[in-house]
Amino acid sequence: MINQIWFFLIFIGILTALATGNINCINEVILNDTQEAVKFAISLTGIMAMWLGVMNIAKKSGLIDSLCKLLKPITKFLFPDIPNNHPAISLIIMNMITNMFGAGNSATALGIKAMEEMNKLNPYKKRATNAMCMFLVINMSSIQLVPLTVLKIRADAGATNPTEIISTALIATTASTLIGIISVKIMEKRR
Amino acid sequence: MSIIPFIIFTILIHGYIKNINLYECFVEGAKEGFKTTVRIMPYLIAVFVAIGIFKRSSAMNIFVSIFTPITKIIGLPKELIPLIIMRPISGSGSLALVKNITCTYGADSFIARVAATMMGSAETIFYTMAIYFGAIGIKKSRHTLTAALLSHIGAIAASLIICNIFFDK
Repeated sequence: MINQIWFFLIFIGILTALATGNINCINEVILNDTQEAVKFAISLTGIMAMWLGVMNIAKKSGLIDSLCKLLKPITKFLFPDIPNNHPAISLIIMNMITNMFGAGNSATALGIKAMEEMNKLNPYKKRATNAMCMFLVINMSSIQLVPLTVLKIRADAGATNPTEIISTALIATTASTLIGIISVKIMEKRR
Repeated sequence: MSIIPFIIFTILIHGYIKNINLYECFVEGAKEGFKTTVRIMPYLIAVFVAIGIFKRSSAMNIFVSIFTPITKIIGLPKELIPLIIMRPISGSGSLALVKNITCTYGADSFIARVAATMMGSAETIFYTMAIYFGAIGIKKSRHTLTAALLSHIGAIAASLIICNIFFDK
């Protein structure tokens, strides 16, 4: 799937660039966007090291175990295939918390680590497990408590009440997450 | 947000009380971070390049305009169509659209409010999928994309319905 999407984006992109006589933009992408990617990875390194360091403390002190025990009914329902004390569970929980508070890169760092841990339980390494599909769908429809960037745009544009959309967004994001979870639950039983 | 410092503070205090070697533990965990980011770098480059080419070649704009006629059928404000299509592909792209809509129609307009709600209730699907699955070399994503798109459609429908209830048109 990723293979097709990747090819499609580049193929259509280059064709369009040729058709519109704008082929130089491809060079721009090669120069700038590759650099962007490396910059992003490097900026991710700091946050990732920070969080995994702090998480390691929380793990050793038993704090994560207590948190996992507390949230066990939820995680057991969402990820029945992951054993209780597996490190993936604590990473998933931390990813969800950081996601909710809009800490973008922190969430990405923890999420990637969670995927690595889940892959250790994967019998077919190139195929996503039920737990991975569930985790990604929840992550992608993530419940966001405060959409900060949007509020900033609204405030800058002179909205009389910039924060009025927090409640509507919260209801919509909860609905979309529930739809995502239900869809995954239905579809994972089919195969 | 103040929650992040609070989380770190709590973890450190708890670790200190439990008599953990905080410094050693931190460094040991932090090492993992380096290994992972170096490993995912090639995947990041692959994703950035593909999305970059698609966006800068204006293929994205053409793609968006193809879908615009559908609006009339569903009774959706047509100004929102580009945002709906852009949102799963590019976070910065869709943010630019929200900004544009907000400035064009006024922050207190119905369309701007729906756009802001949509922006706050959806995520960049393709990017997230490519990075998370790419990082661990998953090729078969199974039902992930379908479920994510369903949830995206859900976010849009919910945004429209809720804004209709909360705000005057």
